Amino acid sequence: MAADRAHPGKLARFFEAWPPLTLLALAWIATMVIVAFGADFLAPYSFTGLDLRARLSPPVFMGGKWAHPLGSDELGRDVLSRLIMSIRLSLLIAFFGTLIAAAFGTVMGFVAAHFRGKVEGLILMMIDFQASVPFLIVALAVLAFFGNNLVLFVMLMGLNSWERYARIARGLTLSANEQGYAAAVRQLGATNFRVYGLHVLPNIASTLIVSMTITFPETILLESGLSFLGLGIQPPLTSLGNMVGYGREYLTRAPWIMLSPAAVIVLTTLSISIVGDWLRDRLDPTLR
Amino acid sequence: MLRYLAGRLLRAILTIFLVIAFAFFVLHLSGDPAMMILSADAPPESIKAFREAWGLDRPLWQQFLAYLFHALQGDLGNSMRDGRPALQLVLERVPATLAITLPAFALKLFLGIPAGIYAALHRNSWADRLTMMVSVAGFTVPSFVLALVLVLVFSVQLGWLPSAGSDKPTSAILPIVTLGIAGAAILARFTRSAMLEVLGQPYIRAASAKGLRWRTVVVEHALPNAAIPTTTIVGFMVGTLIAGAVVVESVFAWPGIGRLLVSSVSNRDLAVVQAILLLVAATMVTSNIVVDAIYGWLDPRLRRGGARGR
Amino acid sequence: MTALLEVTDLSRTYEVRRGSWPFGKVATLHAVDGVSFELQAGRTLGLVGESGCGKTTTAKLVLGLVPVTGGQVRIAGESLPAGGTAAWRALRRRMQMVYQDPLGALDRRLSVGRQVMEPLAIHGLGGTEAERREKARAMMDAVGLAGHHFDRFPHELSGGQRQRIVLARALMLDPQLLVCDEPISALDVSIQAQVVNLLLALQQRLGLAYLFISHDLRMVRQVSHEVAVMYLGCIVEQGDPDRLFSAPAHPYTQALVSAIPTHARQKKRRLVLPGEPPNPVDRPAGCAFHPRCRHAVARCRVETPALRALADGRLAACHLAEQIAASAT
Repeated sequence: MAADRAHPGKLARFFEAWPPLTLLALAWIATMVIVAFGADFLAPYSFTGLDLRARLSPPVFMGGKWAHPLGSDELGRDVLSRLIMSIRLSLLIAFFGTLIAAAFGTVMGFVAAHFRGKVEGLILMMIDFQASVPFLIVALAVLAFFGNNLVLFVMLMGLNSWERYARIARGLTLSANEQGYAAAVRQLGATNFRVYGLHVLPNIASTLIVSMTITFPETILLESGLSFLGLGIQPPLTSLGNMVGYGREYLTRAPWIMLSPAAVIVLTTLSISIVGDWLRDRLDPTLR
Repeated sequence: MLRYLAGRLLRAILTIFLVIAFAFFVLHLSGDPAMMILSADAPPESIKAFREAWGLDRPLWQQFLAYLFHALQGDLGNSMRDGRPALQLVLERVPATLAITLPAFALKLFLGIPAGIYAALHRNSWADRLTMMVSVAGFTVPSFVLALVLVLVFSVQLGWLPSAGSDKPTSAILPIVTLGIAGAAILARFTRSAMLEVLGQPYIRAASAKGLRWRTVVVEHALPNAAIPTTTIVGFMVGTLIAGAVVVESVFAWPGIGRLLVSSVSNRDLAVVQAILLLVAATMVTSNIVVDAIYGWLDPRLRRGGARGR
Repeated sequence: MTALLEVTDLSRTYEVRRGSWPFGKVATLHAVDGVSFELQAGRTLGLVGESGCGKTTTAKLVLGLVPVTGGQVRIAGESLPAGGTAAWRALRRRMQMVYQDPLGALDRRLSVGRQVMEPLAIHGLGGTEAERREKARAMMDAVGLAGHHFDRFPHELSGGQRQRIVLARALMLDPQLLVCDEPISALDVSIQAQVVNLLLALQQRLGLAYLFISHDLRMVRQVSHEVAVMYLGCIVEQGDPDRLFSAPAHPYTQALVSAIPTHARQKKRRLVLPGEPPNPVDRPAGCAFHPRCRHAVARCRVETPALRALADGRLAACHLAEQIAASAT
């Protein structure tokens, strides 16, 4: 036993660096990415295709037929096909939303740390404002005022949690500017582009990436919440939240319509959180 | 301390002003309200009348001042749908919302904080693992999924509780439980990490090294210090009492502010949306100030007013 | 002949708020207050004083890293362009800086060799990538680092090696002036002497001028051709290091010199200054040093002493400088 511990096998060492739970989470994320990219090939039916002879057919594990493995809905649309298309749209929105938030927030953090003074005060006030009002409410208000379309909706998702990146970027840039490498490189005569792009950004990248694993699930939840309320993604497009919202009407007669997209939402956010924790431990132990 | 609070108050007023300005300018950026509400093919004279009634024919800054002036008097305009004052419409819904958010808040506190403390004190025990697992679920399971699963189990399968509405006293149970579980999970996680952080500090080791009983160390040294970060998240939860139940109210057809917000957004009843936005901001800002005051009381370092640039 | 660096009546003030916003009064903090000196090519000026006396601010003003609020900095007769401009960036080739904390001044994610090459890339000098690499290797060799250090990362080197890297990076641009802000105080005592010897050797070979900032009086005495002592943003005494340290003319210098550790057997009384240096916002009236000065007379409380030349050529800002200098010898 003691000898085992002193000389752990290859397998044990492998699982120490890559815990099984993390591997499962990574496998799930990989599956989701493959599904999102291959949606057109993987979906057995058109996601809007009606099959009026097979309305509300239950999924295989509830005694249904293989024709519709995850069952079908009130109009006979194949749940699996709709699920695959929903995964694609939800992931796409969450991905671009997170990317926009990270880019915008980081730039704002750089700007605040670079100019200090009034500009910094203004950005800090925006951060305070963002952090003090629940974003779901702001998002609802904006949707009320501007109406809804996909581009606006993605931009809105990008506004969620930008302040997290702005805070991180500002804090780390301030300390780098104060006496650290950024000040030294600037003193050598480097342009701002070089200082921020080639020195500060690579140095804070790991912290930003870890933050993305936190905001990505948040964005998925926000998107699905809004779509669930019927104020996000509009039919004929379909997203995970949208499907759950639709399935709610058939909760008693056909719970499978709502259960499979709900399971996908939970598993995906859970997997990203697990991978995020693991990444944080590996990349950035200071962010605990 | 007083000075510090006065400074916070000024910033709070500024935030409220920002929200009013945001609501006003977004409204005017989003297009001509007259066209939007009356539809573009309305007769020109009724559009003109509408513009005059809403003061839309005046310069923008005058409109803003008028709006601000009315807002300060509690006049947030009339609902564009049924013509009643927006503020009144919103305030009518407050009791219903509080009827589920307050019990849920109590549930969060009495479930989440003790669970977090217990988990931290018994690190790596099965209770700790269970708390962590449930709390991860609190982060990753959307409230509408939790709500629907509860409905599926307790209403559809078991038939114990009503699935929606507000006509029976038992109707409130599922919304309260849905809100409470998710919040308690988040609170437990925060409390646990705050406690663990504090328990790792040198002064805790010093306190137990000088021979204090562990119980005394925890009660007198660890808990007050762990209370500081926990207050932040509790304060945020107080701020969401008014509008933290948007999704849950919609699922359970509960006639609160959240449902009003969703229906107003669908109907583009802008005055009501603005009123809700303002009410939410006011609640958040007030609770932030209260949290700051509590901070000052909990954390002697802040009493001298050096709390800028947190 | 024009001096390489000419500083005239240099000042830097900050607005500080006492108490929290929006309350409290705005006060003016004089970080540097009317400092003048000259530095010839190939020479070293030592700048000493307690922490907070304005040494580092002076260094940043000289380099143009912080905008001046009063006075002038001239490099070889030309006034310093505003920080961040293209002209200022071009001037980096003539003046460079060495930092107190070499680990902080280096980018942890880049190999040290890359960082030594970087100044050439920034200024578009040094030809092709391979030529730059060759130059960087040669410079690392010149500061006493081996070729295998090139691909190392800052955290893999020792403190002294890191400071050599910082030095090599600064020298890549072939500057005439090197501002050294406490270059050795973060290093082990055994390494300090090596770095100082390297600095002296480089000055011999390359004709560098140093503005050498330190609170270590013995090191300053060893490297400097001239020394200036700062107190609360002003130069209180300036002159030849040997004369200044053997017979200080300002009571503050006197106290600093007496604090230098010496052999225990040597009989010498240590002057302990009463109190802390005052907050620069509340500068005492008259001579700023008078509350801590054991020689202070009534005049010191009212009249601010000017920096004036003494008979032996050095400068001192004290009404009683002659008596004090005489009593010390």
